[in-house]
Amino acid sequence: MLDDFFIRALIAGIGVAIVTGPLGCFVVWRRLSYFGDTLAHSALLGVTLAYSMEFNIAFSVFIISSLIALTLIQLQKRTNLPGDALLGLLAHSSLAVGLVVIGFLSFIRFDIMGLLFGDILAVTVNDLLIIWIGGALILLVLKLIWKPLFASTVNYELAEAEGLNPDRAKAIFTILMAAIIAISIKMVGLLLITGMLIIPAAMARNISSSPQKMVIYSIIGGLLSVILGLFSSLEFNTASGPSIIAASLFLFILSLLNIKQSIKLKN
Amino acid sequence: MGSDQNILVKLNKAGFSLNNKWLVRGVSLQVEKGKIVTLIGPNGSGKSTTAKIALGIYKKIDGSVEKYTNKVGYVPQKISIDWTLPLRVNDFMVLTESLDKESIDEALSLTGVIHLKDKNLGDLSGGEFQRVLLARAISKKPELLVLDEPVQGVDFTGEIALYELIKKISDELNCGILLISHDLHTVMSATDHVVCLNGHVCCSGSPMDVAKNNEYKALFGEQASQILSRYEHRHDHVHTSEGEIKKN
Repeated sequence: MLDDFFIRALIAGIGVAIVTGPLGCFVVWRRLSYFGDTLAHSALLGVTLAYSMEFNIAFSVFIISSLIALTLIQLQKRTNLPGDALLGLLAHSSLAVGLVVIGFLSFIRFDIMGLLFGDILAVTVNDLLIIWIGGALILLVLKLIWKPLFASTVNYELAEAEGLNPDRAKAIFTILMAAIIAISIKMVGLLLITGMLIIPAAMARNISSSPQKMVIYSIIGGLLSVILGLFSSLEFNTASGPSIIAASLFLFILSLLNIKQSIKLKN
Repeated sequence: MGSDQNILVKLNKAGFSLNNKWLVRGVSLQVEKGKIVTLIGPNGSGKSTTAKIALGIYKKIDGSVEKYTNKVGYVPQKISIDWTLPLRVNDFMVLTESLDKESIDEALSLTGVIHLKDKNLGDLSGGEFQRVLLARAISKKPELLVLDEPVQGVDFTGEIALYELIKKISDELNCGILLISHDLHTVMSATDHVVCLNGHVCCSGSPMDVAKNNEYKALFGEQASQILSRYEHRHDHVHTSEGEIKKN
């Protein structure tokens, strides 16, 4: 059954959606969508590195994205530039350097569109293992740091005062962001990974009344987006990433109807 | 060293500066089990900063702070909660520690907001939210409670009841309380030790001692000190607008 590329893509996408659901909620709560973008852009550099040195792609993307995240933290400490300027600087310069390096690697045939927008044909059994094992590890670590991370998302000083060590939780969360980008890059593509994180979570926000519910709805939204997106990708022969994101946008629009209703009820 | 074992947090000549400006410096104080220490002083005198030093929120400090407990409950003066989070009162109660339903209900009942348990945090009024903040801080039965203006925005009768509650908690849980308050009547009636701040420690001692102190009078005016005392002093220094201290 795993011989079929579509089944492999479906299993991979389901694995990715289960992990992006809860992580995406934190991206929305902590206002990290541009940070996610920056890590995703830097992933191109990781991919080129993987090709030129014959590394595993997920592993090298994880390393490069983590390095970029650490660089960002250092730059924030040592310069007076605002956070969004630093993010833009890192996002576009790492994307540019990645593209320049691709130019030098003319002896390797790159599927750039596949890199940017995802390619379900490219998902191998090996990738499935990386997604499911890596994804399980990410969720396990997220569960372990949930309390300090969530408490400091609500209020940093309360978490710090009551002994939860929010700085450590934040650093670990940054690594988890690099990890999810690394394992989902083949499915969604590096330009659209942040969409996979944000849109299902944003949809979930519209219909949930507690943080736990938002995480669950975000996972369900991600799963529906993957299934809808992949089937339409097969049907209309479109790239997998954009199809999944378009499906999640569709769900988001549906969730807006719910908001209108609840606002009406309030009045 | 029997009394030392009762110390929960101790500041030794602690100070904190931001952008080369001292917010507060040279503060020495200690909070012991079962005792209420109150910080008073005008706006900008460093009360909240001192509380944050004691809590370990500010790390790059002058002097030192020794904290002997990790069971801390904190009610901050200002709290900005992002309303993009779908957060009910019940979720907020278990923010830093998992509690059973009985503890949550008990704390919310004590501060009079049990009926708000399933409400969204963003829909509460200022006074209601303040009561929830206090309930959250006491629900985990902390050893050290740090309360920064805990009754701001609470109605008059509620204010008195909450201060009585704070006093009761200190007795029942035998926890130490570091309290910041503007209400001098309350300060004088329920406090074991008062520290009067104005960028540094102006004076400290029992409420009676402080009320008699000339610097306390200089800060709060004659009337405030007449609450408890007719004792008169002349002060030996003034504060310039830059925060310098000049001897007379």
